[in-house]
Amino acid sequence: MKKLIVFISAVFLLASFKNDGGYAVGDKATDFKLKNIDDKTFSLADKKDAKGFIVVFTCNHCPYAVKYEDRIVALNNKYAKLGYPVVAINPNDAVAYPDDNLENMKKRAKSKSFTFPYLVDDTQEIAKAYGATKTPHVFVLKKENADLIVKYIGAIDDNTDDASAVTVKYVEQAVDALLADKPVAITSTKAIGCGVKWKK
Amino acid sequence: MRTIYTFLVILFVSLFSEHTYAQIETITLEQLQAKTIQPGNDTLYIVNFWATWCGPCVAELPYFEQAAKDNAGKNVKILLINLDFPSEKTKVIAFVAKRKLQNDVYLLNAGDPNKWIDQIDSSWDGAIPATVFYKAGKKVFFHEGDLTQAELNENINLHKL
Repeated sequence: MKKLIVFISAVFLLASFKNDGGYAVGDKATDFKLKNIDDKTFSLADKKDAKGFIVVFTCNHCPYAVKYEDRIVALNNKYAKLGYPVVAINPNDAVAYPDDNLENMKKRAKSKSFTFPYLVDDTQEIAKAYGATKTPHVFVLKKENADLIVKYIGAIDDNTDDASAVTVKYVEQAVDALLADKPVAITSTKAIGCGVKWKK
Repeated sequence: MRTIYTFLVILFVSLFSEHTYAQIETITLEQLQAKTIQPGNDTLYIVNFWATWCGPCVAELPYFEQAAKDNAGKNVKILLINLDFPSEKTKVIAFVAKRKLQNDVYLLNAGDPNKWIDQIDSSWDGAIPATVFYKAGKKVFFHEGDLTQAELNENINLHKL
């Protein structure tokens, strides 16, 4: 009986770990229907011509997210035309953090000239499914047949504070490899930033 | 104007910091490890990673200040390791002065977090606050997230030499 309990606990423990962890590299990622800053609903399936996506969980208020805004815009400017557009998702609880509500997302996107969707993950279900824990937290996805396969998870580069002092551009390296049909060398890093503000 | 303000803050802090406030030095990972993981040392080092922009970090700083008072004269040393951006050092200096922090505050200069976070603890996701205890040179406690005063005290009492 005791053994059985231990076994059952172990199964639950494993299940909970998997749930906490979200996606690993190689997993199939889910599409979503989320509200964009133009008040319309956006899905990855809408972008039929894309070869993949640079999905960035980010927000307005976090100093790390702010530091990376221009670099996220630059990623989209460079890679959208090559088939890997940026899709930004704000997962934060806007009740606790009004800076992160839809109105302020619209303002932020306008002032920083976002050229990509900036979506609201109202229920936080997509952040949980992906395993996003930080802002910014990047998931590079590649279309393989009808599926979206996770190819890179983590940080944008290795220097948040000073863009001019970056030595390794993790996301660019991953997307460049995918575009060249080569394996991604660094498939995951720890995303550094503010914790996602979960609803309580 | 901003430069003048910065200068005044630095001047003010440098005039009074020696007696009134904690010191603020830059520390590398190697220097931090040299203090904390020195084998056989007789001190419980409590290392707290924090930043001025991190709400829960700022909220728990008083607990570390209280713990330092409670353990004065004992072999307990608290190091507050700041993770604000290096370009915002002035902000940290002003913050420490305003809060009159008595524990030693260091600005971590360690480069790419993906190169050093695992060296503190491989289970660390990189979120702050995070707190590590080193007893006589060995890591005995790691916690990602904030601590209550009671939790902090309990763990200090459990581990102190």
